[in-house]
Amino acid sequence: MANIERDEVSGTDTTGHEWDGLKELNTPLPRWWLWTFYATIIYAVGAWVVYPSWPTLTTYWKGTSGYSSRVDLTNDLAAQTQERSVWTKKFAALPITEIAQDRNLQEVAMAGGKVIFADNCAPCHGSSGTGAPGYPVLADDDWLWGGSLEEIETTVRYGIRGAHDDTRVSEMPAFGDDYLTAAQIKSVAGHVLSLSGQGASSAEGAEVFENECAACHGEKGEGGRDFGAPKLNDGLWLYSSAGDDLIAQISKPKHGVMPTWEGRLDDVSIKQVSIYVHALGGGE
Amino acid sequence: MSSASLASSAASDTPTYYDDLIKKFVIAAAFWGLAGFLAGDLIAWQLAFPVLNLDLEWTTFGRLRPLHTSAVIFAFGGNILIGSSLYVVQRTCRASLFGGAGLGNFIFWGYQLFIVLAATGYLLGITQGKEYAEPEWYVDLWLTVIWVLYLVQFGGTIVKRSEPHIYVANWFFLAFIITVAMLHLGNNATVPTLFFGGEFTKSYIVWAGVQDAMTQWWYGHNAVGFFLTAGFLGMMYYFVPKQAERPVYSYRLSVIHFWALTFLYIWAGPHHLHYTALPDWVQTLGMTFSVMLWMPSWGGMINGVMTLSGAWHKLRTDPVLRFMVASVGFYGMSTFEGPLMSVKAVNSLSHYTDWTVGHVHAGALGWNALISFGVMYFLVPVLWNRERLYSLRLVNTHFWVSTIGIVLYIASMWVSGIMQGLMWRTYDSLGFLQYSFIETVEAMHPYYIIRATGGLLFIIGAVIMIYNLWRTARGDIRDEAPIGLDTQSAAAE
Repeated sequence: MANIERDEVSGTDTTGHEWDGLKELNTPLPRWWLWTFYATIIYAVGAWVVYPSWPTLTTYWKGTSGYSSRVDLTNDLAAQTQERSVWTKKFAALPITEIAQDRNLQEVAMAGGKVIFADNCAPCHGSSGTGAPGYPVLADDDWLWGGSLEEIETTVRYGIRGAHDDTRVSEMPAFGDDYLTAAQIKSVAGHVLSLSGQGASSAEGAEVFENECAACHGEKGEGGRDFGAPKLNDGLWLYSSAGDDLIAQISKPKHGVMPTWEGRLDDVSIKQVSIYVHALGGGE
Repeated sequence: MSSASLASSAASDTPTYYDDLIKKFVIAAAFWGLAGFLAGDLIAWQLAFPVLNLDLEWTTFGRLRPLHTSAVIFAFGGNILIGSSLYVVQRTCRASLFGGAGLGNFIFWGYQLFIVLAATGYLLGITQGKEYAEPEWYVDLWLTVIWVLYLVQFGGTIVKRSEPHIYVANWFFLAFIITVAMLHLGNNATVPTLFFGGEFTKSYIVWAGVQDAMTQWWYGHNAVGFFLTAGFLGMMYYFVPKQAERPVYSYRLSVIHFWALTFLYIWAGPHHLHYTALPDWVQTLGMTFSVMLWMPSWGGMINGVMTLSGAWHKLRTDPVLRFMVASVGFYGMSTFEGPLMSVKAVNSLSHYTDWTVGHVHAGALGWNALISFGVMYFLVPVLWNRERLYSLRLVNTHFWVSTIGIVLYIASMWVSGIMQGLMWRTYDSLGFLQYSFIETVEAMHPYYIIRATGGLLFIIGAVIMIYNLWRTARGDIRDEAPIGLDTQSAAAE
């Protein structure tokens, strides 16, 4: 059956078989190919000896190096904890105001806080605290719950309307639920705008504001940090003052939630990121 | 009997070849290929510009990504694999298809139904959440039926062959069919929630935890190994020597690299799970078997490229052969890169980065797609019984447009991936991570645009091909100067 021929180009014999006109040369294995293959096998066998490799019925070969990725990781983390303990101990022991006064600790807090902020806070508050509708700007001095180091730390630690007993809570009533008439809401919205110099107020608007809003937001809309009530006289808006947005917010307010970070970030990280936020531009 | 099979019956002992069936697979491959490339480029642009998710659940990246991967691997790759394997097995066995055109047509339409069921499920959010094995249990069962019938038709044709020996291409096709069946069953061992009062479209895998992860990557890696490597090597072993009109370089190499490849590949899956909960000993085995896989993979490249000995001059005049040889080159590159990336020290940098995405596309665009294009350019004139392709110059244009697209894709993902990996691991002087995750995403933006542009070129190339093949099937021949004979004018164009 076999019909071995010599290929003129290569001088090599064919195997003598043919399929649909296709033939095969009987060229020997390329030496470099074979030796490289052997080399990879030797490498593999060497790795099996040195590292954990073949299983048995009950255990596995541990390797002459005693390598374990889990032990490696544990050691790395322990070394890092040890290295950082120089300053983490101080962060844990000192109140945030004293940490911020220590130049070296302040430097550490800014470096660590930047990373913590970018990975945890930036998705809502923007990568340099620039904020977004519903998510307060952190780079200005317009604070809802206070801009001192301790106040920021409390907000970060427990959150706002978060899942902790000590979380900051307040809810503006829904004035549209049979509480104020549509006309009253419209006129009080006009009054609120007038506080920051946009348009004129009205007697009715001023009266409703006096009765319903001033207790939390202040007589002149200067805000009330005890209730997280935004300033209304500075032209900065948590949501929006455009069109019907203000009327919607008075009628049926949105209440944003900031997560409780205690339990998600450790104590040292909370202090670092609070110092970082304080330094973004508006710290008091 | 088709006109093509009549033509090929010139020799009195030539059996009837069912070529009308192969035509359907070629048309389906062209159709799904274009659809899959479009989906891929859309999600590439989505990564650069998230607004393109359109804020609709059906058009988000998460649903379109499996649509893309399944369309290109299983719909485009699967159709050209099944079609070309049934073409090759008839001719190299000198036997008509076992089960005839009826069985073949059932396999064809059944496979298209599998694709449609899978794809529409993804868009509606029906998924197993297992990469490359997303279809739910009822689609899996249907594919099992079709796949077994495919095995019966292919294997039956080998059994009834008139040739005394089984040609090397068929070894690879058979390894592909059998192993894919095994992988498919192992990785889709699920229990539908329907039996417990749950939804029809939901199931849970019987494997738990890290064993499920290992099964998934045993499947995932060998889908690459046997679907995209062994199967396509089967195509290579028939169409490269055919187009080059030269004997296969080395029978001995084909034997050794076939068995080494099939034996070693099946162990390499754990390299997808380096530095995870997977035990260290499994990781070591996965890494070492991947490194040993380097030369067995290259055996295919050597046999592909060296088959051109004595026919190198044809590359100047034959852009179809150029497609095939370039594909083997990309195959060699990505099968070197693969073992390299499986080494744990390299993997600790490359894993989870765009480098992996670039690596996969070096193989998928460079190897799988380019050789498929070559095979389609080969098959259409033969199947439709035409003198030659409508335009070799358009083939040449397609070759360069798509190759530039691939290079843009791979190079941008190398830069982006290695940059990403380095940014993730960079510490500042105080021991804090230097970059946040979002900063790494921002840094990758320009490379995402380059990648998506490369993908766009690839699509343009595919459109040129489809036009060319359509005109060829119609019987048109473009009035054009031959390629390469006058190199001056070719260079000028």
